[in-house]
Amino acid sequence: MAGRVTELAAELASTVSRPWTVMEVCGGQTHAILRWGLDQLLPPGLRLIHGPGCPVCVTPAERLDAALALAARPEVILCSYGDMLRVPGSAAGAAGADPVAATDLLGARAAGGDVRLLTSPLEAMALAQAAPDREVVFLAVGFETTAPATALLLRQARALGLANLSVLLAHVRVAPAMEALLLEPANQVQGFLAAGHVGAVMGTAELGQLVERHRVPVVVTGFEPADVMAGLLRLVQLLEAGTPALANAYGRVVRAQGNGVAQALLQEVFVVTDQPWRGLGPIAGGGFALAPAYRHFDALGRLGAPVVGPEPAAASPCISGRILQGRALPAECPAFGRACTPEHPLGAPMVSSEGACAAYYRYRRQAV
Amino acid sequence: MAERIQLAHGGGGTLMQQLIDQELRALYADPAQVLHDAALLQVPPGPLAFSTDGYVVQPLEFPGGNIGSLAVIGTANDLAMAGARALHLSVAMILEEGLPLEVLRRVVAALAAAARQCGLTIVTGDTKVVERGKGDGVFLTTSGIGLVEAPEPIDPRAIRPGDQLLVSGDLGRHGVAILAARHGLDLVPPVLSDCAPLWPQVQALLAAGVRIHCLRDLTRGGLASALQELAVAAGVELAIEEACLPVAEPVARTCELLGFEPLHLANEGRFVAVVPPEAADRARALLAAGGGAWIGTVRPATGAGGRVLLTTALGTERLLIPLSGELLPRIC
Repeated sequence: MAGRVTELAAELASTVSRPWTVMEVCGGQTHAILRWGLDQLLPPGLRLIHGPGCPVCVTPAERLDAALALAARPEVILCSYGDMLRVPGSAAGAAGADPVAATDLLGARAAGGDVRLLTSPLEAMALAQAAPDREVVFLAVGFETTAPATALLLRQARALGLANLSVLLAHVRVAPAMEALLLEPANQVQGFLAAGHVGAVMGTAELGQLVERHRVPVVVTGFEPADVMAGLLRLVQLLEAGTPALANAYGRVVRAQGNGVAQALLQEVFVVTDQPWRGLGPIAGGGFALAPAYRHFDALGRLGAPVVGPEPAAASPCISGRILQGRALPAECPAFGRACTPEHPLGAPMVSSEGACAAYYRYRRQAV
Repeated sequence: MAERIQLAHGGGGTLMQQLIDQELRALYADPAQVLHDAALLQVPPGPLAFSTDGYVVQPLEFPGGNIGSLAVIGTANDLAMAGARALHLSVAMILEEGLPLEVLRRVVAALAAAARQCGLTIVTGDTKVVERGKGDGVFLTTSGIGLVEAPEPIDPRAIRPGDQLLVSGDLGRHGVAILAARHGLDLVPPVLSDCAPLWPQVQALLAAGVRIHCLRDLTRGGLASALQELAVAAGVELAIEEACLPVAEPVARTCELLGFEPLHLANEGRFVAVVPPEAADRARALLAAGGGAWIGTVRPATGAGGRVLLTTALGTERLLIPLSGELLPRIC
């Protein structure tokens, strides 16, 4: 592996003739870059901007606040994926917030809420079947990678007529967010490394449309060091040649048509909707909502919309919005490593195994 | 109906006596001991090491062991890290009402088997029962004494720049076994816990005349936390070569899947040894038999205080930071 990466780094250095700014969309790629120190192997002038591809980072705060409120109810079993349990809601770091109120789901659990960690959404169905007198609420987060599993859960729950299972839906779509970044007046991104796992599900058609509309090269790639380096080399080759094209550097996993079974599930259970992304704001077509036949699984509709906590105070020093948009690096945040650490995160990017701040903190080279 | 632990099993009456007679007596090297309030011990002359540890683990039984084997081996291993051979152990149990008796039997059998494996005797104990919902099946606390056989103090303060770092075996197996059991991951083939006594390897080093400056067992927090603790305690920089760290393929693959670092995963049968440079080759040869390896070097601290610097397999450098918070699987 080391030999291949070194070769790719040498080829990259001999290919780059002028400065380029590219974005790796996926937080898994950001972590691989920092984890392996790939940025130390890049030629000067090739600048990486870290993208918003961190599912827990972009989950809208109001959805998380609703989950926190629901988790406090005695009849509710609130379940979600691992990293989501640590993400601070909007009250975290806010001046004047109730110091005892839970600001994340682990805190809600410590305060007596029944909060469970799932590795598969189908576990939520088992929970609902085992506890018919409780309301099981699944906080469903993630990109097109995890959305099909939620769809499968809902299809099975519908077939079984499960009445005590619902979802707080926060699934988001990657391609519209990439487009929104390109439409920003201050955009600096000249090319994208697109996320291989999303490509495995959705195929490459959406990305092809993005290339056509905006004339930027996009290379789909994976998460191992050699995948990231091979993707960067292909992207730089396209930039140097002035060819805004789509390329797939992750052919062993991603096929052009994607995963038809997963796409059919998404089509049956969800409809595309405009959605706020935490840190990025509203994104046209940026998320999924429940299709009419599945709307009775909406937790807010079934259990009533909980009162949402205080708005984040302007006093919070967290700049996670600018970090998720690629406009600032984590180390430029005054709170990084001081007021904000993985033990006491002020923003979601410090939490997740895909968040950029967590990657910079975990794999740093100097004391903060 | 399955037999289960009841509150009265801890109440001091006849049920408790039955529990001790039928289920727990086999733990004791000298069953007559259980009739006495305290154990009377004859220990050989020399300095003693003393250690205590509480054991809470879910699930109680996991691939490669259960809470009983952990509780004996864990405390014996703490003693081994002071260069001491474990001699005697106490075992206090807090049982939850409703615990199936068959689970208790398996835990007790594992306690007894691990005691034999470590060559120690269980000499005193206690049993309490808490109401259903107020425990997690079984909590164990063990305390042990051991006879120090190392000729020089084994202590982080003995670490010097130039010393060499070794690990006693491959990393992360216990962490993966627990995570797999907890999250229902059916790994094929299964990854078994590395739970095992460390004394045989320590004894082999001592018997060969290897000078040891420090030992540290790799438990929760894994190698990353242990190295950080040593670096801070000794005020030195530890320079680690990632390419030299032994990690078995199934452990590495599981970590990649779940977003974990093998260096953050728990171990229950591994230690890091810090030895002076002239002892490194000998130590490496002895530890290699158990899958051990040389992993790095001790350097003088560069800035304020100790730190751990990792050179990746690609030759790039970063700090090795201890795990923060719970290990939670990533999302995608």
